Amino acid sequence: MRTTPFHPRLSELNDQHLYTHWQGTLSPLRYTHAPKHEYFAVRNSVGVFDTSPLYKYAVTGPDAERLLAGALVRDVKTCRPGQAQYTAWCDDRGFVMHDGVVFRHSADEFLLTAARPALSWFQELATGLRVELEDVTDGFGMLAVQGPRSRTVLASLMPEAESLAYFDHVPTKVGGAAVTLSRTGYTGDLGFELTVPADDAVAVLDAVLEAGRDHSIRPFGEEALMTLRIEAGLALIDVEWKDARLSFSDADCVTPKELGLGWMLRGVRDGSRRFVGSEAIRRELVDGTSRWLTTGVVVDWADWDRLHRDAGLFPPKSEHPLPYESMILADDANGGQSEVGYCTSFVYSPVLQQHIGIARVRPDLAPVGTALRLELAIAHHNTTVRVTTTPMPFFDPPRKKEQWKKA
Amino acid sequence: MSSHEYDAVVIGGGHNGLTHAAYLAKAGLRTLVLEKNGVVGGAAITEELMPGFQFTTFSYALSLLRPEIIHELDLVQHGFLPLMMPSSFHPTGDGGYLLFGDDHDANIQEIRRHSPRDADAYDRYHRDLDRVCQVVRPLFDNPPPNLWGSDPEDAVDVKWLLDHLGGVDRKTMHDTVRLLTGSAADWLDDYFEHEAVKGYHASSSVIGSKVGPMSPGSGLVLLFHKMGEHDGHLGSWAFHKGGNGGFTQVLARAATSYGAEIRLGAGVSSVLTDNGRATGVVLQDGTELRAPVVVSALDPRRTFLDLVEPRELPLDLVDNVRRMRFRGVSAKVNFALDALPVFPALPPDANGGGVDHFGGFLNIGPTIEYVERAFDAAKYGWYSEQPYIDAAVQSVVDPDMAPPGKHVMSCFVQYAPYELRGSTWDAERDSFGDKAQAVLESHFPGFGDLVLRREVVTPLDIETRTGLTEGNIFAGEFLAPQMYFFRPAPGWSQYATPIDGYYQCGSGTHPGGCVIGSPGRLAAQRVLRDAGR
Repeated sequence: MRTTPFHPRLSELNDQHLYTHWQGTLSPLRYTHAPKHEYFAVRNSVGVFDTSPLYKYAVTGPDAERLLAGALVRDVKTCRPGQAQYTAWCDDRGFVMHDGVVFRHSADEFLLTAARPALSWFQELATGLRVELEDVTDGFGMLAVQGPRSRTVLASLMPEAESLAYFDHVPTKVGGAAVTLSRTGYTGDLGFELTVPADDAVAVLDAVLEAGRDHSIRPFGEEALMTLRIEAGLALIDVEWKDARLSFSDADCVTPKELGLGWMLRGVRDGSRRFVGSEAIRRELVDGTSRWLTTGVVVDWADWDRLHRDAGLFPPKSEHPLPYESMILADDANGGQSEVGYCTSFVYSPVLQQHIGIARVRPDLAPVGTALRLELAIAHHNTTVRVTTTPMPFFDPPRKKEQWKKA
Repeated sequence: MSSHEYDAVVIGGGHNGLTHAAYLAKAGLRTLVLEKNGVVGGAAITEELMPGFQFTTFSYALSLLRPEIIHELDLVQHGFLPLMMPSSFHPTGDGGYLLFGDDHDANIQEIRRHSPRDADAYDRYHRDLDRVCQVVRPLFDNPPPNLWGSDPEDAVDVKWLLDHLGGVDRKTMHDTVRLLTGSAADWLDDYFEHEAVKGYHASSSVIGSKVGPMSPGSGLVLLFHKMGEHDGHLGSWAFHKGGNGGFTQVLARAATSYGAEIRLGAGVSSVLTDNGRATGVVLQDGTELRAPVVVSALDPRRTFLDLVEPRELPLDLVDNVRRMRFRGVSAKVNFALDALPVFPALPPDANGGGVDHFGGFLNIGPTIEYVERAFDAAKYGWYSEQPYIDAAVQSVVDPDMAPPGKHVMSCFVQYAPYELRGSTWDAERDSFGDKAQAVLESHFPGFGDLVLRREVVTPLDIETRTGLTEGNIFAGEFLAPQMYFFRPAPGWSQYATPIDGYYQCGSGTHPGGCVIGSPGRLAAQRVLRDAGR
């Protein structure tokens, strides 16, 4: 089985031997018996996550910006060198294929991460352009260092961490290794990612672990990550949506706006910005034809407790997300209930002490504070629990984007 | 009510006083909390005794806090953050250990390593105990019915209780009574054979109480501690960010945000009454404050014998409160440590890992017999030669408790009877601390070399600093005749007192002590109902 460049060391720190196959690569579910403890490392001190299985594409050449501007949903022209953007790309019907982060290193050098393989897609779009595309996935390891103490820990290795702005990145060194330090992550907390040449990965990891030792640093696995990213309101491919090019029906596809990425669409409605799918999205915006909007939902705790206690059960508060989607219902005028959406992710949030979910609902029901119901099975019986729509992120500490001055 | 500056005055800014005040203020009452010390929290405070080292002087973890309070008072908005304590560690006294974590199946293997027979008993034990908790919970979270009341509502309450109990199956009812009246040792004998497995499970049966695990009544203490429901896990404990002092600061912020006022350094000397009605309080500095509602969050001795004239109270109430048992037997020995201790069978690995056994409670009481022997001394007015210790290296769970790489360790130590025969606590303070430290040294060789600072908190210190009579951490012992209908006294278990407008909301009322908040919450419901709110 394929492993990441950090695997030789991280596997030593893993006493569970529980792995998933993330895009064909071994990825730990957890490192210890207590994924919730790993979760709290990120929310209260610092944790490291091996995010190397993401695909990485180097995009270079005089037309690199032109290619990406015509392919990515977000306006890459506003991304100056040293910045990064979370973005997505669509098929020509305006349905989302993948998401990723684009790092701009110079006027004509970019690195794009992707959740799924996408090289041929970009190559075909690059026909006739002066741009080179290279799959450099195997050349680098990516290590996410996340949590309130991540800045302190990394600043002891890289002074740049001290003042790096949210979604900025900078070339630096750890020991002798060239590292790209970025203030990015998938936890919704203060955090950084280190992009490291594969051969230096273990040495850099060791330096980070050593620097973090007195700060209770610990590696965290996918189980902790799922709770963290749901609290952060971050979408996950094949959970929140399916790759539009691989779907068999439009019902399985979502537009950026439907997925909650409407904030990326500046310049689409007035036609001033064009990219693959933008014309379809423009019509969606102008005609108001979005089928769904994405919203957070928060469960009414008293209803949750009552439903379970009435069934003779203890109200479960599991920090492990449900593996399936549940329907969202609304009360209708004649006392019944009708389906008005679906919940794609659902989990108990330990920091919020509430059950939260990422849901897609009929646009008229998305405004904050709308009372809806979430379907769930209790004691082998389908019932519903009261939920209220709420903005995301659910958890959004000021430290996430806080800008510290240069020391 | 508008003729007074305040609608309600709450005496005591411990966690119940603060909880109570928050509910009253949320309902619109102009509420004042009077705290005698310079910081709120009562016995739930965190103090920086050395730069960067945060000590949980008294109370040290969170479990029983009722989930309703977290939601109803919006505590998350004010910083509520219970951190997971991922493990539980029990040295078996022979160099071995039991180490429990978050993986149920691994825990069963851990038991099986010591006793194959006890492996499946473990599941049965927890299922039976959980079932008892289900039965007790509605009693726990509602005021006890008044068996002697004449109000038609009292009859409704009594019927509610009888109907509830009538719905309990035979086995669970029997288990409930066995726990409420019997010993933890007898209860555990029915499930487990291995002495260390029994010792581990008996650990919560003596906390704060003048009982040994073999004494009748220890079952009740065990059950009470199992009623905690942290994040939906029965009997599970958390460490609040910044310790329990961090938690009471959250409560204070919540109360203040609802409009309550908190006055520090404002000890109350007495409650003013007029014609059987409370009219306000007199502070120790002589200041008089008027309010139609006065609520005491202090323990029953202070509520009924110190703050008001016992002459104004029915004789049987005064008798009961005088007779109520408060025999404190608990002490704290808190440490600042230069590094993590080392348990020889689980040495740290080269990466600094392999120390997961420090993630939660360290239960130093290998067997039931060990704890029972520790108890023996207390019966005769002396402290244990080898005490039982419930320890936690809190900086492992919350690194902000100590400077990087350093640690704080909270040790709850029993038995330390309030009244010593032939000596005083001030004379015995260091000797007692030495005994506790020697026990730690025996399990963690080299422990003494790590100690940067030691704080010994005797039962007398608990009484002097927090006001808890005889240093009893529950504001009245957990004995069957002092619970439910009888807490603090028969006929006065519904938060009112014989003096109109004078109420009680401390841990000496139902359901009892621990950082639980229920007395504060249930008393607020009573006050607000009487006020027509």
